[in-house]
Amino acid sequence: MKTAAGLLLTAIMLFPVYWMINVSFTRDTDMRHDPPYLFPVHGTLEGYRAVVHQQLPYLGTSLLIGLGTVALTLAISAPAGYSLAKLRPRGGGTLAFVLLMAQMIPGIIMAMGFYAIYLRLGVLNTAPGLVLADSTIAVPFGVLIFTAFMAGIPPELTAAATVDGAGTFRTFWSVVLPVSRNAIVTVSLFAFLWAWSDFVFATTLDGGGARQPITLGIYHYIGNNNQQWNAIMATAVIASVPATLLLVLAQRYVAAGVTAGAVKD
Amino acid sequence: MAHDVLTRAGVAAAAPARAPRRRSGQWAAWGFLAPVVIYLAAFYAYPLYRNLDLSLRHYTVRSFVQGGAPFSGLDNYRAVVDNPTFWPAFLHTIVFTGVSLIFQFTIGMALAVFFAQNFRLSVVLRALFLVPWLLPLIVSASTWSWLLNSDSGVVNALLRALGIDPVNWLTSPSWALTSVIIANIWIGIPFNLVVLYSGLQAIPADLHEAASLDGATGWQRFWRVTFPLLRPVSAITLLLGLVYTLKVFDIIWIMTKGGPTDSSTTFATWSYRLSFGNLLPQFGPGAAVGNLLIVMALVFGLLYIRVQRRTMP
Repeated sequence: MKTAAGLLLTAIMLFPVYWMINVSFTRDTDMRHDPPYLFPVHGTLEGYRAVVHQQLPYLGTSLLIGLGTVALTLAISAPAGYSLAKLRPRGGGTLAFVLLMAQMIPGIIMAMGFYAIYLRLGVLNTAPGLVLADSTIAVPFGVLIFTAFMAGIPPELTAAATVDGAGTFRTFWSVVLPVSRNAIVTVSLFAFLWAWSDFVFATTLDGGGARQPITLGIYHYIGNNNQQWNAIMATAVIASVPATLLLVLAQRYVAAGVTAGAVKD
Repeated sequence: MAHDVLTRAGVAAAAPARAPRRRSGQWAAWGFLAPVVIYLAAFYAYPLYRNLDLSLRHYTVRSFVQGGAPFSGLDNYRAVVDNPTFWPAFLHTIVFTGVSLIFQFTIGMALAVFFAQNFRLSVVLRALFLVPWLLPLIVSASTWSWLLNSDSGVVNALLRALGIDPVNWLTSPSWALTSVIIANIWIGIPFNLVVLYSGLQAIPADLHEAASLDGATGWQRFWRVTFPLLRPVSAITLLLGLVYTLKVFDIIWIMTKGGPTDSSTTFATWSYRLSFGNLLPQFGPGAAVGNLLIVMALVFGLLYIRVQRRTMP
């Protein structure tokens, strides 16, 4: 009984997602049929063919920018997390507070500041510029996750490394990082997803670029050919793949990263 | 879940070191922090400073590129407040945020209580509820645009089937704000569900049993036991939701561009339109609106941290 109610609620909640998939398979001629077909009766792949022909470069750019953002985010946030969790710097609490507040700043305001700076530096419409901007969404989150996770690593482990003569950096690199795999995966997944989904920075900082991410690909589609909704929705379906993968993987890794006590004892 | 991590990170970073700090240890600690400190200065503080500078000078397109714009004090802020768009945008920001929060929270709470009953498939279904939260905003926004399309949208087809007059969801000034709010509620429900659910898990089950033994009905148990115990988690959920909703830009811009005739314009979309939406960009006023939005977000952000500190054991 409760399962039936749960199924019904989930069906209502996910109806827009179903509709996106349905429309992506609908023929152009059926698009304005009244009433709309609830299933893709005359299913077609023309939407997906359009994606393959027109959107592949956008998808490639998004992949590249996502991976770049992950690399940059990890390089900055993992050492910071180690320091805050294990080395106890004076003023660490203040820094954690600043990171919390940084997450509250609206993206659109960051975008305006970046635009003014990038224009002077001449890095508007470049992939590295977009990677840098996208990483600002993930770095504060990354530092906080790494700090929480590494605080749960038993002190005996790092103490043993010190006794064996390892310096602070060796301890970080050879002992702390390898056992922090779950935190690394969690931060990477979210950094990638946020960079992949970003629209605000893309439209302000890369609006005239030669290489644009998939979010702009969809946005141009909506603006240009308002009729080809199967192609728009097919692109949307493909743009949702990383989120779906994340949901499958996150079940394990997010829980593992959030339950930071996994390494205890 | 998210706030658990933040709390724990805060505790770890703020905990005083028991062992005496050695000078060399401090050097190493700040060595590892150097990248993030430089990063914050260069890519957070500096853009924010540039934004503040933009709002205090009189910029033209020429001086924006070449520099040398004259200082103009609070002129941009005065111009923004006197602009006929200011009060409608302010009102829409409040309505958008308030109505979204009320519905997201209520529905999220109801679903959390429902899923806390642990029936068959409840874990899978709860995971599926996360989908709207994980989708790129442009995907959700364009899907809702088509769902709410006046002529061919499935929502209007449903209304027609029920004998109700169809509505021009996105093209009529009286419905545009409602439409973007509906889409935003849909996107925000999963976050509320997840956080409130994790809060419910922390309430000991025997409290409910005791209340049942005393003859409390399900409804009474919720209002007298669950709801009061969930108050700290609720406060944090609402405040975080508030900060996130204030800065919503993508959904509104993609669905309506703030129109028709400013009827769904908020501070976020107005600020973007002033700076990037016209042929002749008005960077100064755009930055001024953005800074007003930051002040609003930071006030609530500080409130969030206060509440969190107080509710921490």
